Parts: sequence; structure tokens; C-alpha cells
Amino acid sequence: MTEASPNPGSPDAVGRDLAADPSGTVTPGRPPADAAGPPPAALGRVRPGRPLAIALAALVVALAVGVSVGPADLSPATVAEALLVRLPWHPALSVPAIDTAIVWQIRLPRVILGALVGAMLAGGGAAYQGVFRNPLADPYLLGVAAGAGLGATLIIVGGGSTGLLPAAAFTGAVGAVTMTYVLGSGAGGTGGSTASIVLAGVAVAALLTAIQEYLQQQHTQELQQIYTWILGSLSLASWSDITLILPYVVIAAALLLAHRRLLDVLRVGEAEAGSLGVNVARLRLTVVLAATLGTAAAVAVTGLIGFVGIIVPHTVRLTWGASYRIVLPVSMVGGAAFLVLADVAARTVQAPAEVPLTVITATIGAPFFLFVLRSRRTRRDLS
Amino acid sequence: MISLEDVRVSYGPAVALDGVTERAADGEWLCLIGPNGAGKTTLLQAVARQVRHGGRIEVCGQPTGGMSRRKLARLVAYVPQRPQLPPDMTVGDYVLLGRTPHIGYLRVETDADRRISAELIDRLALSAMAGRELRTLSGGELQRLVLARALAQQAPVLLLDEPTSALDLGRRVDALELVDTLRRERSLTVLSAVHDLTLAGQFADRLLLLDGGRVAAGGPPPSVLRDEVLRPHFGPRVEVLITDTGDRAVISRRPPQGTAPAGPAD
Repeated sequence: MTEASPNPGSPDAVGRDLAADPSGTVTPGRPPADAAGPPPAALGRVRPGRPLAIALAALVVALAVGVSVGPADLSPATVAEALLVRLPWHPALSVPAIDTAIVWQIRLPRVILGALVGAMLAGGGAAYQGVFRNPLADPYLLGVAAGAGLGATLIIVGGGSTGLLPAAAFTGAVGAVTMTYVLGSGAGGTGGSTASIVLAGVAVAALLTAIQEYLQQQHTQELQQIYTWILGSLSLASWSDITLILPYVVIAAALLLAHRRLLDVLRVGEAEAGSLGVNVARLRLTVVLAATLGTAAAVAVTGLIGFVGIIVPHTVRLTWGASYRIVLPVSMVGGAAFLVLADVAARTVQAPAEVPLTVITATIGAPFFLFVLRSRRTRRDLS
Repeated sequence: MISLEDVRVSYGPAVALDGVTERAADGEWLCLIGPNGAGKTTLLQAVARQVRHGGRIEVCGQPTGGMSRRKLARLVAYVPQRPQLPPDMTVGDYVLLGRTPHIGYLRVETDADRRISAELIDRLALSAMAGRELRTLSGGELQRLVLARALAQQAPVLLLDEPTSALDLGRRVDALELVDTLRRERSLTVLSAVHDLTLAGQFADRLLLLDGGRVAAGGPPPSVLRDEVLRPHFGPRVEVLITDTGDRAVISRRPPQGTAPAGPAD
């Protein structure tokens, strides 16, 4: 018996399909395959086009609002001119240097960093929900947050330079996930079950959080600084932060997007995905690796921003369906828009003081998400 | 072709398969029968490499042991007893999942994959619902759907675990007729577990009676569906009736009831 292996792109692939059948028989009365059936182009083309366009429009609006709003009270026209004046082929404009500096050195890095971090947290959450088949999975599931928090706390209480914070947080985050993965997949035989990895993540996060809380209890004078970092903020965003995390975010996002079809295969469960030829352990490791590096880099420069990785992907699922060909790209763009807008709220509701970003993402995000959840009449697949 | 040599599976101390040796020829339909816990599902899972097993399993002359998942999926298509059906996936997308072993890692479906899936959707009379979500399908439609996905793998070996358990009697016969037609059309080797002994005898080329993880009997249906072969495994009241067309129907007689048939109480 031969192994049927169609030649992709061959116009004769269906004929080949039948020819690969050693009996060579065709059911009597059945018309030739190429003359029957619906046009194959109609089949299985999940296109994120419309949802993606909507999310992109939201992102453009969010970016525009993000650069226009701030304590300096610049008019939209001034902002637009200040943006243009730095471009190499700008029209003749006279913008005060201070306005240009506010737009280019303060507002623009802030919204771009917010967009990158939001995209990473939402995309990482979507990918984790897919690979762990758990609607409650977020990008911090395997200990990224606890590890980053401990790393940052160690630097703050140890009196280290704040310039070391990102490196320490990143190291803590990656270390925590490595510990989770090694311990969790060592348990219960080959590769470990998804459940054992998730449970190991819970234990590792609890342990690291306990150490972190003990440390901050012992150093009450730094409590404010620690909390400010843990609750997340974009207030110190700079171009150097962006160049620091950009490679991680771009590579992580590209890797996650490249796995969108395999995450769809995984929707029939690990056992069936395996029988369809997917190496589930390798898929899980690659996705965890990409999501961990991306989110660790993101939280290293902004602190821990909660909730984005849960509500953005689920809003996309509830609205447009659970195929990862839609959920992954649309969550990334939507997450970027969401975090930029959340940051606008964070710096305006109590201006000139800033509200921690997690407070905003949760207080805007939770009611909005509950509204989406309630307004869907049909039950959607949430994993 | 499937060749099993001393296949053993245990779940901790519990032995599920205790040295099964058997062959299924190209194009043959071999049906696993046996009481609950006999090892039917475990045997299918061992061939699909869903459980770790001892001994040796070959498919199309190649040992499955060191084979990549992808290669195995091009040789063996496995339909579990209760497939997971994402409720909002469409029929077309679900059948396309069966093309996975032919699609490169990180690649997406080609037009050829779509055409093969469309042809199967048409063949299994699902064209009218190709764009519908799985939650809207009936039990019989879902049964054809999972078959279509398995056939999209274009594997020469088809493993079916209780393919008809969710269906009424008429739909059961329809589903098995369809499997029979398709296996002749594509000369598939079929290994299936079927609870219903009567249906197993009507459709399979050969029956393999398992009990306690061992082969208790095997052969063409008339040699296995006999009172003296079945009773040690299914209980003393099992009886094989031979119809006027030569079909063997297996029933279990109730013990004689002591009282008169229940009538309206007065």
C-alpha cells in the first residue's frame, strides 16, 4: 500500500488522491471529483480581514488620542505639526522646540511602548489559552509575574541602580518559567501533562511571591517604590526601552502567529492533535518559549500590567469566534489599542498624578468584558 | 496492513493488554469485540500510539515505534470514541484538520488540501452544511464528519473506536455501510471496536474476541459468533440466533420471570 502524498499546487491533486488509492476504483455514479462539490476556495479560509481592520482602526484612534492627550495641553494641530517636523521631508513649519520635545521624547515613546506591551500581553495570553486549553490562562500563568516581581524587588531593596530593574525582572521572569517547566514536565512521565505544568506554575508563583512579600515586608521604606513597579506604569517610557524590547516582541509575536494553525488543530485536544501528526510537546514548548520571552521583556520595562492577556483575547473570541487565525492577530492589535487607551486614562483621571495601569486595565476592562460576555447570545468556545 | 506482535499495555499495576499477536491484511476489516474492559480501546490506542506499549506494532511493514507523529498520521487515521468537537468550528475547517500530516510545520493549507477536503465533504453528503458550525449538526452528521476528517489524512489504515455508539439502529447500519463502501473504494484496512455483536458480525471480515487483554478467539464471524465461544465472556444467557438470511443475531435472554406479565393492577 502506498503512502498517499499529494503534490501541493498540482492542478490534478484530486485525481491524484483517487489514483493513490491502489484499487483505483471510483464509486459508480459519482461524477469526476473536479466537476463536483463546492468551489474549494470557499472552504476553510478563516480570514481575519474585517476584525483585523476594526482592531487596526481602533489602534490608529488610540495612538492619535495617546499623543494628543497630556498635561502640556497642546492642540491637536500643534501635535500634528510637531510630529511632522521631525520627518526628513516635512513641510515648512515652525513648531516650538519644547512642543516637539514633548511629542517626540515623552508622548510618542509612551504610546509606542504601550502598544508593544499591550500587543505582547494580549497575544501571549491568547497563545497560552490555546496551548494550555484553559480559558483562565494568562501570560503570567507559569510564573512570569512572580519571577519578574521578585527580580525587581531584589534590586530595589538591595539598593541597586534602577537601570538594572529591567534586566533583573527579565531574569526573574525567565528563571521562574524555566523552573515551572522543568519541574512540571518532569512530573508524571514523558513531557508532562498540561495540568502538571500549570500546577507547577501555581506552586512556583506562590513560592516566589512569598519570598518577594517577605522582602518587601522587611524593607517598608521601599514599599512605595516596589508597589509602583508591581502595579505597572508607562510613565518612564523612553526610546531606549522600545529598542530594548522590540526584538523580543517582534520575534515572539512572529513565532506565535506562525503557530496559529497548529493552535487551531489543538482545539480538538492533545490526544487527537497527536493522532493528526502534531508533536504536542514541541508545540507547547515553542509557544511557551516565545510567549515567555516576549512578556518577560514587556513587563521588565513597564512592571506588571494585569488583565490585558485575559480580556482582550476573550473579547475577540466572543465577538468573532475562537479560531486562532483570528484570535492571535486581532488580540495583538486590539491589545495594543486597549493598553494605549488605558494609559491615557491612567494619566488623565487624576492628573497630574498617575493611576497605576493595572488599576485602570481592571476597572475599564472588567465591566467592558462582563458586558461582552452578557451580550453574546450564543455560547462560544472559550479555549 | 497491520501487524501486532506480543503487544502489551499496562496502566500501573493493571494490565490492559497481555500479549496480543495478530495481523490484519490490506483491505481487511478486523473488528474487535469483547466485554467492557477487554482491551479493545487500548489496542486501538496502542496502534495509534496514544498509549505506551510493549511488543512490536507494524503498519504497512514499518514499525510504528520510532516513527514521527507526522509520518504515523499519514499511515494511521484514528477516530476516538468521543472526539472533541469545538462547537463553533465550521464543518469545512474541521475536515481540513485532517490534512495536518500533509501540511508542513508552520505552513497553512494549500488549494490541494482544500480540494481534497471539499471532495470528502461532498462524498460524505456534508456539502449542504460545509459552512455550518459543529454545534448545529445531528449525531449522524457528526459521525460522517469525523469520518471525513479521518479520511482527509489519506492514511491506508483506519482505526474506529465504537463508531456507532451515539446513533440509533438505522443510523448505525448507515454509518457502517458507509465505512464498508469507503474501505472498498479506497482499499483501507479497518480496525474497529464495536460493542454490538450482531453488527460486528454483519460487517467485519474477521472478528477478534478480546477478554482480559488477551485474544480469546478470532476468525470469520460464523466461527466466533457461537454460543459456546461467546458465553464464557458475555454470560451464560447469550444466545446466537441465525436468521433466514444467514445473519447471526446475538441476544441475551432474560431469566424466566416468576410472575405473570405485569398487567393493569386491579
